Amino acid sequence: MLHVKNLHASVEDKAILKGINLEVKAGEVHAIMGPNGSGKSTLSSVIAGKEEYEVTDGEIFLNGENIEELSAEERAHEGVFLSFQYPVEIPGVSVTNFVKTAINETRKAKGEDEMPASAMLKKIREKAELLEIDRKFLSRSLNEGFSGGEKKRNEIFQMAMLEPKLAILDETDSGLDIDALRIVANGVNKLRSEDNAVIVITHYQRLLEYIVPDFVHVLHNGKIVKSGTKELALELEEKGYDWIKQEATV
Amino acid sequence: MSKYTEEELQKELETKEYEYGFYTDIESDTFPSGLNEEIVIAISKKKNEPQWMTDWRIEAFRIWSEMEEPEWANVHYEKPDFQAISYYSAPKKADPNKTLDDVDPELLEMYKKLGISIDEQKKLQGVAIDIVVDSVSVATTFKKTLAEKGIIFCPISEAIQDHPELVKKYLGTIVPQKDNFYAALNSAVFTDGSFCYIPKGVRCPMELSTYFRINQAGTGQFERTLLVADKGSYVSYLEGCTAPSRDENQLHAAVVELIALDDAEIKYSTVQNWYPGNAEGKGGVFNFVTKRGLCEKNAKISWTQVETGSAVTWKYPSCILKGNNSVGEFYSIAVTNNFQQADTGTKMIHLGKNTKSTIISKGISAGKSQNSYRGLVQIAPKAENARNFSQCDSLLMGNQCGAHTFPYIEAKNKSAQIEHEATTSKIGEDQIFYCNQRGIDTEKAIALIVNGFSKDVLNKLPMEFAVEAQKLLEISLEGSVG
Repeated sequence: MLHVKNLHASVEDKAILKGINLEVKAGEVHAIMGPNGSGKSTLSSVIAGKEEYEVTDGEIFLNGENIEELSAEERAHEGVFLSFQYPVEIPGVSVTNFVKTAINETRKAKGEDEMPASAMLKKIREKAELLEIDRKFLSRSLNEGFSGGEKKRNEIFQMAMLEPKLAILDETDSGLDIDALRIVANGVNKLRSEDNAVIVITHYQRLLEYIVPDFVHVLHNGKIVKSGTKELALELEEKGYDWIKQEATV
Repeated sequence: MSKYTEEELQKELETKEYEYGFYTDIESDTFPSGLNEEIVIAISKKKNEPQWMTDWRIEAFRIWSEMEEPEWANVHYEKPDFQAISYYSAPKKADPNKTLDDVDPELLEMYKKLGISIDEQKKLQGVAIDIVVDSVSVATTFKKTLAEKGIIFCPISEAIQDHPELVKKYLGTIVPQKDNFYAALNSAVFTDGSFCYIPKGVRCPMELSTYFRINQAGTGQFERTLLVADKGSYVSYLEGCTAPSRDENQLHAAVVELIALDDAEIKYSTVQNWYPGNAEGKGGVFNFVTKRGLCEKNAKISWTQVETGSAVTWKYPSCILKGNNSVGEFYSIAVTNNFQQADTGTKMIHLGKNTKSTIISKGISAGKSQNSYRGLVQIAPKAENARNFSQCDSLLMGNQCGAHTFPYIEAKNKSAQIEHEATTSKIGEDQIFYCNQRGIDTEKAIALIVNGFSKDVLNKLPMEFAVEAQKLLEISLEGSVG
């Protein structure tokens, strides 16, 4: 599904990613952990195609296709979804309207007709129920005045609506209380299938109790310094990141 | 992958430029350029007007000759040469007395391009429409249906002939000849426009609409609209405008007068889409317009405007809240892109007791444009318990445009309650990226953000117009983010 080869990226001439190698297959869940400033969010932004980030070396393949030349929206059309760490507000645009636009723009790009209103409505109801979202919430302006938890839940709602092939969850757990975390994780789990893949970016092992990863990678100073299975996350929880840092410098 | 071919892209780019920039080759009867008393008299003669009308025009011309162009607005342009403009141009074959079947086929073709199918309008939308090309009104629909209710909706030139008592009674009472430079000019040379009278207690059963089109080169358009809503009546009126793309500036100086008698309500909506000039700031319409309404007891006037066109806009639709308990509203979206300049807003003059006004202004600036809100809220000494709420929001795109707010508040009665809120925001790269990441391209993302920003005002427009206005916002901002 996703194949990242020797990826180097910088922002404003500052090198942040320094040779990332990562392969994610369909049906897999990968967790990327690491201390602050290790490049986790940069990696997700680069995969999603944020323009401010310059790829200085290496390649990203999505389903065998090099996506370097694709714009962010084209990558989205190919099935890449990023759940933002800090979702932005768009005043006056309702959650429903935004999701509807996103779905129809993607369909348009694929040469398909707009989704009929009845089908859209049905899907919205279904996914809102899955994530225990109140109907009133859907008519509110996108992220405007949302609590941290509401914002994150809204991200996962959009993910459920867009049904991406590759979902990257960037610190989706931050700002969530334990109940919200359970609902969100439950939603993500229900959306998992043999055909899609999930990358979970997180500081803490807590989220990984609910969304159980097949692989865990530790990012430090722009490189993946250690990979393992879910036990690695537990080890990190116990020992912190210092031993990884030391290991990496040795 | 998408099936987007080069050809389709080409097509889309074409339509995203000013869509109405075509010129229709119609034989016209055009006066030589220049302005003097003889021309004013000639216009009046051409229109076969009664002497009182000719005299009124001459009086206006004399006043205008003594006046200076206003310079206080936050706009900069080369002043038009008033002697280089032709003050009368009419499609030759237009004859208001004939039925639609007799209309010049070239004209009909033009309406089609404008998206006005008169037949369809008739059947489907229930909108009565008056079309003004250059200086004359060429078609008015639904006259009969309206006449059954006693509603008069016709070109103002016709009203001067057929309903002189009404025109004489109200013309110039709200915007007098000497009101300002452009109003005086309009009073002297106006050639057509719409007249509308809603009788006592009648609720107009359909939207009334006037479509203005400047076609001929080197002409100015000076239309005059007079709308009288008698006691307890209601009317919703729409106005749309377009012009061909030309390198030189064209002048449009209109006057609109609204009179809402006791308990009457007038909703007046405008979608202004005059040619804005090209991306380098060449050409475009100078839009210098005076619009004002008078509210008697318990009456209400709502102005809603979507201003996307014109090189320079100077326009302040206002309400004189004379009667007790009368209500004035102003909802505006003004978009400027490239080198456009807009100085627009409203005046709410509170004279009566318990009068209420609401102002919601949304300014969107892109490119190198300048967008100013200018508004006056005036509370007269006798206006007990007057209330006003104003909200002025500006949205900026890029680093080269400007947004300005000039609110004036004059309260001479201590019981007045006046609120003013203002915000300025910028479309952020983060917002665009967020949309992009959801599969929404940048153009569409801007349209979405702008529509969200303008929602409070778009909601005030009649249904069919709201859809058109949304599309227009999208087109106007094409290419505004690099």
